[in-house]
Amino acid sequence: MIQKNKYLIGVIALLALALFTVPCLAMEGPDSIELDSLAELYEPVQFDHIMHVEAAGDDCSVCHHHTTGTPVQDENCIGCHANSGEADEVACSACHPANRFQADYLNKIDENYRLNHVDKVGLKAAYHIKCMGCHEENDAPTGCQDCHTRTEAGDKMFRSGKYAPKGGNKSRKSGH
Amino acid sequence: MKVFNRRNFLKGGVAGGAAATLLSKSKDAGAAKSFGGYPNSMGVLVDLTRCVGCRSCEAACNKEQGLPAPDLPFDDTSVFEEKRRTSEGAYTVVNKYDTSKDHPLFRKIQCNHCNEPACLTSCFVNAYKKTPEGAVTYDPTVCVGCRTCMVACPFYVPAYSYSSVINPVVKKCVFCYDTRLKFGRPPACVESCPKEVLSFGKRKDLIKIAHQRIRSKPDLYVNHVYGEKEVGGTSWMYLSSVPFDEVGFDTHLGNQPIISYVKEFLTIVPMVLTIWPALFAGFHLLANRKDSKKNEKQSITNGEG
Repeated sequence: MIQKNKYLIGVIALLALALFTVPCLAMEGPDSIELDSLAELYEPVQFDHIMHVEAAGDDCSVCHHHTTGTPVQDENCIGCHANSGEADEVACSACHPANRFQADYLNKIDENYRLNHVDKVGLKAAYHIKCMGCHEENDAPTGCQDCHTRTEAGDKMFRSGKYAPKGGNKSRKSGH
Repeated sequence: MKVFNRRNFLKGGVAGGAAATLLSKSKDAGAAKSFGGYPNSMGVLVDLTRCVGCRSCEAACNKEQGLPAPDLPFDDTSVFEEKRRTSEGAYTVVNKYDTSKDHPLFRKIQCNHCNEPACLTSCFVNAYKKTPEGAVTYDPTVCVGCRTCMVACPFYVPAYSYSSVINPVVKKCVFCYDTRLKFGRPPACVESCPKEVLSFGKRKDLIKIAHQRIRSKPDLYVNHVYGEKEVGGTSWMYLSSVPFDEVGFDTHLGNQPIISYVKEFLTIVPMVLTIWPALFAGFHLLANRKDSKKNEKQSITNGEG
């Protein structure tokens, strides 16, 4: 009997939760995402989407701007996107290009200068600006390797780890 | 009556010549319009408010340009204890500044690739070149190591390879011209930056983007784009959340290209170097003609005697 009651309470609680979160479509989102499209100097990031939905207080627009159908926060966006509804794709990479500074993309900007989205950041910057901005505000980790460990290629470029310069802390003449 | 002797004649010649030179040249200088930069040149907009001092740009520059190993790894933040300058081993450095805001700001230093570069103007072997893509490049094979460009640069950027005994030359950022820019690709530092502190694009577009950022976040940015007008405009431009002098920028450079301060003087130099020797050699020969004729006669007479 007690078992059955517990089960019922559980179902009711779940239903209530579902009701309250209907305005936000986060429940449709993935539980976890592997951010790997740019991984080269750092390992891919295992992004815990569910945890971050909770951290954002179930407000999708904190990260997804106006694309999920929830009211957008940024006053610069409201003018056009107060009621623009849900976008076909909501993944960061759907809007933020990985080739932000390649010639074909830059020429497009040059031709359509009047677009408001002319200053839209690329995918790498979209991740870092959004993630680190929020992490700083909430005292979450902000070190590079707190989120993604560096690969051997990364160690090589940063001249760190086994590629660290030998001879330690000697000062070089500035060349002036 | 004024005695017309050689000394007075020369005095008049010098004064008249100098006056003519100055008058004609200042007219030329007035007519010569400021260059203002190539219309479709590329640039980089540096948004200091985004930089976290990860030094990825330094590491990328080191790799791209094949520079020597640094003293410390690029993930070592102890370098921020001092204000560094660009050197023969580092064409770009990031410095940390304590500001009037409650957080420090980081500033990347490299060649700003002026529209009208003072280094180029000062170089007497024409080692420097401003390419239509926006880069200020230099040809180390013609550099004679006079280091005048180091004195001329308002940003103190060019460094000198003092370590080279055989062939020391000037070293600086070249906007990755040979490996990237001339193929339409962004420089290595821009590509490595995780937060798009560095935005690459056409300079004219970047200016619009910079002002749009200021407009959309007027509380964040100071209302100035450093490099839009400074010293005639630079390809690299900056946005900041604190007054620029707080983060190590020289705010007293003015908007005139450095060349405009020396244009009048420099146009006289070739005239002095080419015309004056011939002119005065001619005066000398004329003045001594009588003497040499006399000597000639004398020697003929002596010979006869």
